[in-house]
Amino acid sequence: MSAAIEARELSVRLGRTEAVRSVSLTVQRGEWLGLIGPNGAGKTSLLRALAGLIPFTGTVRLDGNALETATRREVARLVALVPQIPQTPSELTVAEYVLLGRTPHIGYLATEKRDDRLAAERAIARLALRPFTERRLGSLSGGELQRVVLARALAQQAPILLLDEPTTALDLGRQQQALELVDALRRDEELTVIAAMHDLSLAGQYADRLLLLDRGQLVSEGAAFEVLSEERISTYYEASVEIVERNGHVFVLPRREDRACAP
Amino acid sequence: MSAEATRERPLATKTCSRCGGEFGCLQGQSGCWCEAVELTRATLAELRASADDCLCPSCLEEFAERDRRLTEAQVRRQRGWAKALPHPAVRARGVSPLWAAAAALFVLAVLVFSLANGPLSIGVGAIAASALSHLPLVHVQSGLNALESAIVWQVRAPRVVLGALVGGMLAVAGSAYQGVFRNPLADPYLLGVAAGAGLGATLAISYAAAAERAGELLPLAAFAGAVCAVAGAYVLGRSVGGARTTGTLILAGVTVAAFMTAVQTFVQQQHSQTLQAVYSWLLGGFAGASWHQVLLMSPYVVVSSTVILLHRRVLDVLSLGDEEAASLGLNVRRTRLLIVAAATAGTAAAVAVSGLIGFVGIIVPHTIRLLVSSSYRAIVPLSLLAGAGFLVLADVLARTVLSPDELPIGVVTAFFGAPFFAVVLRTTRRVGM
Repeated sequence: MSAAIEARELSVRLGRTEAVRSVSLTVQRGEWLGLIGPNGAGKTSLLRALAGLIPFTGTVRLDGNALETATRREVARLVALVPQIPQTPSELTVAEYVLLGRTPHIGYLATEKRDDRLAAERAIARLALRPFTERRLGSLSGGELQRVVLARALAQQAPILLLDEPTTALDLGRQQQALELVDALRRDEELTVIAAMHDLSLAGQYADRLLLLDRGQLVSEGAAFEVLSEERISTYYEASVEIVERNGHVFVLPRREDRACAP
Repeated sequence: MSAEATRERPLATKTCSRCGGEFGCLQGQSGCWCEAVELTRATLAELRASADDCLCPSCLEEFAERDRRLTEAQVRRQRGWAKALPHPAVRARGVSPLWAAAAALFVLAVLVFSLANGPLSIGVGAIAASALSHLPLVHVQSGLNALESAIVWQVRAPRVVLGALVGGMLAVAGSAYQGVFRNPLADPYLLGVAAGAGLGATLAISYAAAAERAGELLPLAAFAGAVCAVAGAYVLGRSVGGARTTGTLILAGVTVAAFMTAVQTFVQQQHSQTLQAVYSWLLGGFAGASWHQVLLMSPYVVVSSTVILLHRRVLDVLSLGDEEAASLGLNVRRTRLLIVAAATAGTAAAVAVSGLIGFVGIIVPHTIRLLVSSSYRAIVPLSLLAGAGFLVLADVLARTVLSPDELPIGVVTAFFGAPFFAVVLRTTRRVGM
């Protein structure tokens, strides 16, 4: 059986800058890959390339299908992308928004069939959004909106889920809940997840494997305790941190440098 | 996942709608007890239909017990049955029958009203009798004398039908432009249709007024000018690498329009004797409406509005932005080109027969958006009807207010349109595009 995602020598050029440089990666089915790296490292570009949204060089195979030759609709049936800041038209209802996730399964000029409504209903129920079904998106809180966006991605019924900073706008509790939900979905629906994340401790706890990007290049790959070292984080993030390992998890704690004593 | 993890708000205490006992709702594994307790689809569907609200976990467990006793064959059969019933709330709101009826009634009332009213008032009953007398197999005495019949069927009817076609077309095209560009201020003239048609008409009036069949040349020139302007804007927008962003396309439209307006002004300046003719054409109107024009116009309206109507769900997908629409499998660039092309062809045809009639393309879709729904499933079809009704109504005012003189229809639509537009601007936040 082929891997869920197999990219070879993937490069993305945005204008004059090379946002992603020759990255090769393999993600197994059901795996959660955490994508980390400082701002501008190329995480978003890599995700957009894997979703077929921007031109790239190199080869990408999704579930064994070559991305370069697949149609937009075929790609959308394989990959669901949750962007960092999703557009959520405030007048749409939750049901309408989640139904839009069915687009790759609906004929170009057709409208939803019974199966599409059932799939949307299932996604709504799965993310505990039943009470919100007819609510307008504009009336929801940040945490609720995040679940609605996940429901839309789930309704898409794509085996690969790409998340770009899924927790940026959420408070601490909501961050954990969202990631727990993604993890539960991954297990129940047998999804493969690639998530770009800023919070390194959370990334380390939820991802099976981390991939550290810097200036478009893959600089480190492996389990959290292998990738997250004080030295690496200081090199690539220019941050001063302390690494704490507890209960098999790695925590990255920001630390203020001790000031040199004044003369 | 723990129950804690999905709780968005403090535990809701609810009363079970079956046994009346109190229980904590939203407490199941994924938020709802119906998700935590395993039930067959059939049972879930049955509960949905029979219970007013949530059931407590112990009642649900009873149903689960009943389900577990079912044989596999029964379960399979029940699944088939339950499959037929998605929850009624999980749907996209389209046009409700009530709004559809209201819009249809509005158009019908306006049509009859404007057939009956004019310098010569003619009874509605007589018109109806006359209409029936034209039908085969119906033997009704026409209630109109020859003059009245000619006024109704050769003067007013084509004018009313043309007004309806143009109004519907402009409103639908406006809604399409607003959807494609995700811009509440977009109107059918956004990409230079107005400037292009104006230039075409000015050229025809200035250089070909003496030509044979000059009357037929004018609409043709206006149509060609309009289509050229939008094509030019599109090509320019693409060449800047910007079909990706709608902003570049709009800027390209502004550029092309500015250039064409400059040329038009120059030509006008050179032929100042044509100013009057150009000006009155620009203001628009239906004074010379004929069945011939209706025939000329209708194929464009039918094709263009059909294409846009078929794209009503796609327009909703586009409201998520280009990138997300693309990630949902839409070829955004091709879709946008198709919708813009359809809207432009229809608008150009409308402009060719009636001149530049402003505001219809903005007011009507926004009214629908405010009153009914912001989904294009409602906006597009209702705009077609409401636009037709609105413009016919405006035309009645145009020809009756100063009777026997006529007001330019552009003055009427703008007189009502401008104040309305101010309101729209103030409520754009609510429109939420």
